[in-house]
Amino acid sequence: MGLDLNELAQSCGEWLRGTGPEPDIVVSSRVRLARNLAEFPFIAKATEVDRAEIERILRERIEALQAEDRLPRNLTFLDVGELAELDRRFLVERQLISRELADSEGARAVAVDPQEQFSVMVNEEDHLRIQVMRSGLDLQATWEAANRLDDLIEEQVTYAYSDKLGYLTACPTNVGTGARVSVMVHLPALVITRQIDKVFRSLQKISLAVRGLYGEGSQAMGDFYQISNQVTLGLSEEELTKKVADVVPVLLDYERQARDFLIRESQETLHDRVSRAYGILRTAQTITSEETLHLLSSVRLGINLGLIKDVETPTINKLFIHTQPAHLQKLAGMELDSSDRAIERASYLRKHLANGGEGPAAN
Amino acid sequence: MKCQRCEKPATFHITDLVDGEPKELHLCEQCAHTFLSPEEEESNEVIPAMAGLIAQAAVGETAEDLARLDERVCPFCGISFLEFRKQGRLGCPHDYAHFTRELEPLLVNIHGETHHVGKSPRHSVQDAEQQTQLIRLRREMKQAVAEENYERASELRDEIKSIEGARAS
Ligand SMILES: [Zn+2]
Ligand SMILES: [Zn+2]
Repeated sequence: MGLDLNELAQSCGEWLRGTGPEPDIVVSSRVRLARNLAEFPFIAKATEVDRAEIERILRERIEALQAEDRLPRNLTFLDVGELAELDRRFLVERQLISRELADSEGARAVAVDPQEQFSVMVNEEDHLRIQVMRSGLDLQATWEAANRLDDLIEEQVTYAYSDKLGYLTACPTNVGTGARVSVMVHLPALVITRQIDKVFRSLQKISLAVRGLYGEGSQAMGDFYQISNQVTLGLSEEELTKKVADVVPVLLDYERQARDFLIRESQETLHDRVSRAYGILRTAQTITSEETLHLLSSVRLGINLGLIKDVETPTINKLFIHTQPAHLQKLAGMELDSSDRAIERASYLRKHLANGGEGPAAN
Repeated sequence: MKCQRCEKPATFHITDLVDGEPKELHLCEQCAHTFLSPEEEESNEVIPAMAGLIAQAAVGETAEDLARLDERVCPFCGISFLEFRKQGRLGCPHDYAHFTRELEPLLVNIHGETHHVGKSPRHSVQDAEQQTQLIRLRREMKQAVAEENYERASELRDEIKSIEGARAS
């Protein structure tokens, strides 16, 4: 049907495409809306029959919208329950589905477009999780796209909604707008200068949440952080978007000041760190995904500061995702245990960083 | 260079950001450590889990009140307040109405607000009563079909249609 996961594995994913405004620090912008169908219990109390019916209804309505050309035709429905474990992991690494959707049981699905800008999860924590992602800093456009998609789906179904509390969600933390507006930022210099905890504490004080690369509870990996609104009730979607958008220039400023400081005060140390990272990635014979993320982060910083000139950010962005376990296995075309993955990962990195990134990844 | 806070040599050079203004600090390792480690009260400032929030919200209730509260059950989905407290997930949209007294302090705790501001569905605005009625009717219809009581099932379908038709107009 329009979406081949093996083909998808070759590319990079919207959130690491490295385009859009401020791409050296703001990797991607994302808006997620939680919605539920009024006629059904929430997932915790839904029977398997309910879940199957929810999936059927939503699929039917979304396909009807496509037939009328009101939704892109290349939006493809994937039955998550039917997918192989490796494919589910792959979609999680790609940020197209949540870990929760991958790991739960019963009828569940996701609709994805090949550009990976839209993904609609069915039967996650809520009946519907509408997600829109854009490269770089582009929150307003991202919100508008999510809003349009929501309007279209809303014409087809009855959402659980109350005038007082807004969109009713399974967890009271999402009630109201049901909206999470977030940016993913790469903040290596704030990590190196140990300012990061302080930044996070000040973000929490203005009720913004900070999470690592793969969402809730995950460790920050490769110095990537996701910053989103904590509150969903009592502020409009535009106000929430503004709240997150307003903090971004401050973060950009902090990170750039920290980068300037490193260049000014400890250029040799920094250059050494970056060059060593690049060297290890180009020569290692076995390497874990954790170490890879860590080193790629240094190289990415090095490129942005002009310390490394023979490889470009998009190549590094691509390597961030291609060296993740499920991606690596899909690219290798076979399942690999963790020690084989470490060998395969090192070989993949050597191949794609040979001649200063002029390898196959730079295509 | 000497540490700005004591006499030892400065080995850490930190850009402190005070209200957006960079301020450079030159500190020895010990002073830098003190400076960089989060203050006691702040270090525990993580987002409280749902259970913690609910526990806070229930402060002021006696143990008996709490036990009674835990036993309350939503007539539509069958979730008890205890179940919700344990899993942090509600069972159906009606729970917001059914447990409204218990949920309000919780919402204030999480959001600092109890009133929605923002978009509303253009095509499906209806009151909570109708929504829960739909859940009940669908359940009954399924039951009727399972019992092969097709006459009842078709009555119920008409009733569902009339509610959904009312909103569409
Ligand atoms: Zn000192
Ligand atoms: Zn209920």
